[in-house]
Amino acid sequence: MDSSKPVEDGLTRTATIQETALKPESTAAPRGLPKLDRSPVHGLWALTMRDLRKWYTNPYQLIISLIQPIVWLGIFGKALNFSSFIPASEVQSIFGTSSYFSFLSVGMLASIILFTAAFSGMSVVFDRRFGFLNKAMSTPVSRGVIVVSKVLQSGIRSLIQSGMVLVIAIVLGMDTSHFTGQGLVGAFSLLFLMGFALSSLFVTLALKSSNWQTQMAIINLLNLPLLFASNALFPVKIMPTWLQYVVKFNPISYAIDGARQLLLGSPGTNSLLVDFGVIATFAVLLTGAGIVMSWKLLTK
Amino acid sequence: MIANQQTTEADSKAIVKVEGLTKTYDGKFKAVDGVSFEIEEGEIFGFLGPNGAGKSTTINMLTTLVAPSSGRAIVCGYDVHKQATEVRRNVGIVPQDYTADEDMTGMANILLCADLYGIPRSDSKPHAEELLKLVELQDAAKRKVKTYSGGMRRRLEIACGLINYPRLLFLDEPTLGLDVQTRAAVWKYIRMLKTEFHMTLFLTTHYLEEADSLCDRIAIIDHGHIIKLGTPEELKEGIGGDVIVVGVKEAEPDISSEISKIPLVKEVKKNGNDYRIKAEMGEEASPQIMDLIRSKGLHVTKISLTKPSLDEAYLELTGRTLREEESNKWAAMSQRVTMARARS
Repeated sequence: MDSSKPVEDGLTRTATIQETALKPESTAAPRGLPKLDRSPVHGLWALTMRDLRKWYTNPYQLIISLIQPIVWLGIFGKALNFSSFIPASEVQSIFGTSSYFSFLSVGMLASIILFTAAFSGMSVVFDRRFGFLNKAMSTPVSRGVIVVSKVLQSGIRSLIQSGMVLVIAIVLGMDTSHFTGQGLVGAFSLLFLMGFALSSLFVTLALKSSNWQTQMAIINLLNLPLLFASNALFPVKIMPTWLQYVVKFNPISYAIDGARQLLLGSPGTNSLLVDFGVIATFAVLLTGAGIVMSWKLLTK
Repeated sequence: MIANQQTTEADSKAIVKVEGLTKTYDGKFKAVDGVSFEIEEGEIFGFLGPNGAGKSTTINMLTTLVAPSSGRAIVCGYDVHKQATEVRRNVGIVPQDYTADEDMTGMANILLCADLYGIPRSDSKPHAEELLKLVELQDAAKRKVKTYSGGMRRRLEIACGLINYPRLLFLDEPTLGLDVQTRAAVWKYIRMLKTEFHMTLFLTTHYLEEADSLCDRIAIIDHGHIIKLGTPEELKEGIGGDVIVVGVKEAEPDISSEISKIPLVKEVKKNGNDYRIKAEMGEEASPQIMDLIRSKGLHVTKISLTKPSLDEAYLELTGRTLREEESNKWAAMSQRVTMARARS
């Protein structure tokens, strides 16, 4: 057949490398042998981009993920029109901003990150089920890189999605009078760290699993409690005391508290330093745990 | 460095050295039990055994995907347990499952593999094109893998397994569920890798025909043990000789006792005008038998020579009872998925 010629060319180099590999005395760089990237983080960007490309080439997924925050903001946020029966000064003192809608908007920025992070574990499950995880594990790419790439892609996605939610909130009437460049950068840094931390948590929980039903159950088990037991939907000070303690232990509250200070000029429960400190610690600990667990759990 | 020391060891042409390799699951079930063997540079070595015999577990240990419970394996000069990353750099793997990402093109899949090996794009791009040509997928390179047939997927897996210029290629059930044409193509690639590129190949299979026609040496494995290791010929000889049937025009005289005096002949039975003879090395024995018959003034009307099939050897060694799947349910499901996709 005619195809025999290029076929030969195709493996001549392989043969060359074979021979050089067999002859250790030939110290000269073998012809055609590529210089390998041996850094411990090699492959991180390739794996991250693989997931991101799937996401942005499938617009349906993106659109569907935006529907939920639109419903929360457009219906729930608009329906709870506290300004219609509470004087403006009261609204300001309870919510730390001029309307419940603006208060909820920041909560929704965090909420979409929570939901995106929760599903980051699913892609590990699917990669295991469809064999790709085994392929990746048989290459020299480090186990930690596999985990971090999942966390990173989810962090990047959630950041972009929460940016879109911010635009939607502004269109629907969010108070932008306190927006500053620094404030936006600061708020989104906090939200990104939160996304990174939560993705690490959910990816780690999914490392050993090849069962997506179990994974869905874990997501449902954690998602709404984490959202309700935070300051995303309602201010902490109107909650019963026991719940206030729970909210205090929920790291999401710190990201939202900081973001409200930076975007809405709200007084805030904690200082910005505390908010950043807690979220950064949380992110480092959970990502570290994910990497350590990957050494043990990422096996066939 | 370590590789150099290993390859200059005078006694060793072995690219794989396995000593007492064992994998125990849940402290009880021994999937692989004290297996020892060596694979020489440049040979095609086959692991043949029924489902659940321990073939895939062995391959997973040798490719560092599963940690051995005990024993030792040196692959390409590196210890699979202590130097896993080096082993991964030096071997190629064509897994039993389809591992390519269906949402990506064939080309993108190979390039992603190359990235995971840390091969720069300046090298991996031309090499990926060469490999796609090798497996005759160049026209489908830009199509998403979800549009591929089972045979195309298997060929893509082979191309991916070669992207890192491996010295040793592992193929786990490379023709499972494939049609005859694709199976022939896969066999062709396997032979080419050995003869033209001096690659060492390790393959597992439960198709006897495949092991017989491809492998230089075969290990028959069952219940986690190697029960026989040798060339296909040795394994077949182990079950006693070729069968030669000679038809003679004259029913009398009976020359059975004369035939049985030929050194290679082990057993003679006369049935009417036919002699049914069991012999070693049938090709050499049959002319001698013909000469003997003619020297007695008799006329040969027909002759046939049947070699024992590996099936016989295999069934003799592994028994004829049907196997219950003793592997876990996920492995069983993954195999079903693979079979289903292979047939698509």
